[in-house]
Amino acid sequence: MEKLSEMKAIRAAYGEALVALGAENKRVVVLDADLSHATMTLNFSRQYPKRFFNAGIAEANMVCMAAGLSTMGFVPFCSSFAIFGAGRAYEQVRNSVAYPHFNVKLAMTHAGITLGEDGGSHQAIEDMALMRVIPGMTVVVPCDANETKKAVFAAATINGPVYLRLARPATRVFEQNMSFTLGKANVMRSGTDIVLFACGIMVATAMECAAALSQHGISVAVVNIHTVKPIDRVCVLKWAQRCKRVVTMEEHSVIGGLGDAVSDVLLGNGNFAFTKIGVQDRFGQSGKPEMLLAEYGLDTAGSLARIKTLLG
Amino acid sequence: MLTCENEKELALRARNMRCHIIRMLEAAGSGHTGGSLSIVEIMALLYFKHMNIRPQEPRWPDRDRFVLSKGHAAPGLYAALCEAGFFPEDELKTLRKLGTRLQGHPDCKKVPGIDMSTGSLGQGLSAANGMALGLRLSGKAARVYTTLGDGESEEGQIWEAAMTAVHYKLDNLTAFLDHNGLQIDGDVTKVKSMLNPGARFQAFGWNVLYADGHNLRQLDAAIELAKQTKGVPTMIIAKTIKGKGVSFAEDKAEWHGVAPKADEAVQAIEEIMAGGCK
Repeated sequence: MEKLSEMKAIRAAYGEALVALGAENKRVVVLDADLSHATMTLNFSRQYPKRFFNAGIAEANMVCMAAGLSTMGFVPFCSSFAIFGAGRAYEQVRNSVAYPHFNVKLAMTHAGITLGEDGGSHQAIEDMALMRVIPGMTVVVPCDANETKKAVFAAATINGPVYLRLARPATRVFEQNMSFTLGKANVMRSGTDIVLFACGIMVATAMECAAALSQHGISVAVVNIHTVKPIDRVCVLKWAQRCKRVVTMEEHSVIGGLGDAVSDVLLGNGNFAFTKIGVQDRFGQSGKPEMLLAEYGLDTAGSLARIKTLLG
Repeated sequence: MLTCENEKELALRARNMRCHIIRMLEAAGSGHTGGSLSIVEIMALLYFKHMNIRPQEPRWPDRDRFVLSKGHAAPGLYAALCEAGFFPEDELKTLRKLGTRLQGHPDCKKVPGIDMSTGSLGQGLSAANGMALGLRLSGKAARVYTTLGDGESEEGQIWEAAMTAVHYKLDNLTAFLDHNGLQIDGDVTKVKSMLNPGARFQAFGWNVLYADGHNLRQLDAAIELAKQTKGVPTMIIAKTIKGKGVSFAEDKAEWHGVAPKADEAVQAIEEIMAGGCK
């Protein structure tokens, strides 16, 4: 069912998707805060210079400019690194975008520890938590290049704020024809012994874990929760109740992210063996992305070790 | 140019707005008296002379926009909107009460005629820039007006936005600095040395104009000049008096965030009415 093919950076897909969206929707405008070469909004700025606004190194200002543009009927996509867009400009997102429920899309790249060498100061491990807690905010974490493109287009179809959490490194690209509906989880693989709920780059890791475990006769389900908010409660409950062993996998702090979103759904709905794979309440640091994933227990080996604690 | 008749009408509007402000704050039992009273003449000129708006069609696409960046002066904005007919006068009594459209700080989702939710200081000028860019991109001739506080200008984002407005040559933007010289903790020059705000904005590249913020003729002339200015945004430094029109509140930082009690309200209304229209 799941065929892994090429590798492609999610942010590269974001850059391409913006240009495609901009071609079909003239109300789409893009703002960046001096990182257009890294967030890949550069493509859009070259194609549609009049609809691109560089806010300078002033993320708070960028978010409020986008709010103003949205009141004029435009659909602004704001980009920077997640640490600045969700972190530094948090209160602007909350008060100038989400409080008036403006139609602003916050597509923040370089989220999580796989930002790599720039280190812990730049690695957002809390952005999902910050965005999830805001009323009316939709939070989407695409798993690959194809899903990123679909998420960008889907975000533009709903009226309201959307946070798109985008990773930096090249990741495996799943099949093109995988369906994508905001708020509806994708079952990547069926199973009965244990379910892995994953988002973003951890979906590929979950698939590798499932393949490895199946070699030992363990039946593993993998569910891609690309929309962390509003979470697909029906799907989460169904698979958790079927498997009874639940693992969440995210490249984010285990506080406030996917793990908490899933546990909120399960609370009061049965007895489950449950563990959260993620950054265990510590900051990131410099290093190559793959080395960091291993250091933080988010690579396949580290994930398998934690999953096995539920298998007894 | 303001005719005598215009001036009389605007002065009457300003007087009514001051009465509204006092009455709604008294009914609410809390709120920001000083900074609401100081922006009254600015609001009167915008809502009753310069801004192209339709109270019966608040979302009219070609309207001029207004952003109250110093959102705590919400009573000043509500007074203008009510006086202009955006909502009934009776509603003013609901200010700050559970279920009201008139929130403690302006909420554009609730109140007709409000273009931007504000209250968290420093954010309104950036939003106004976004609106001005949006108007230009849409090919609309409408203008954007915004009112900032001098204390508010201690927020760094004001200066991010000040750079942006000049960078994008937003000549369809006119900002007012309600320079009443006081903030919650006292004199703006003592809290954070907000000296010479005009020179600061000028250094950032703005067209800076000065006016007595309670002198309708001076304010009117400045707004007209701003409309004719091309290639740069205009900042009108309006020298104002916090608590203007009410003797016991004038120029007193203590009246930043306090509402008048019943007896104080009576005295305030008497003084405002006696001030009359010159």
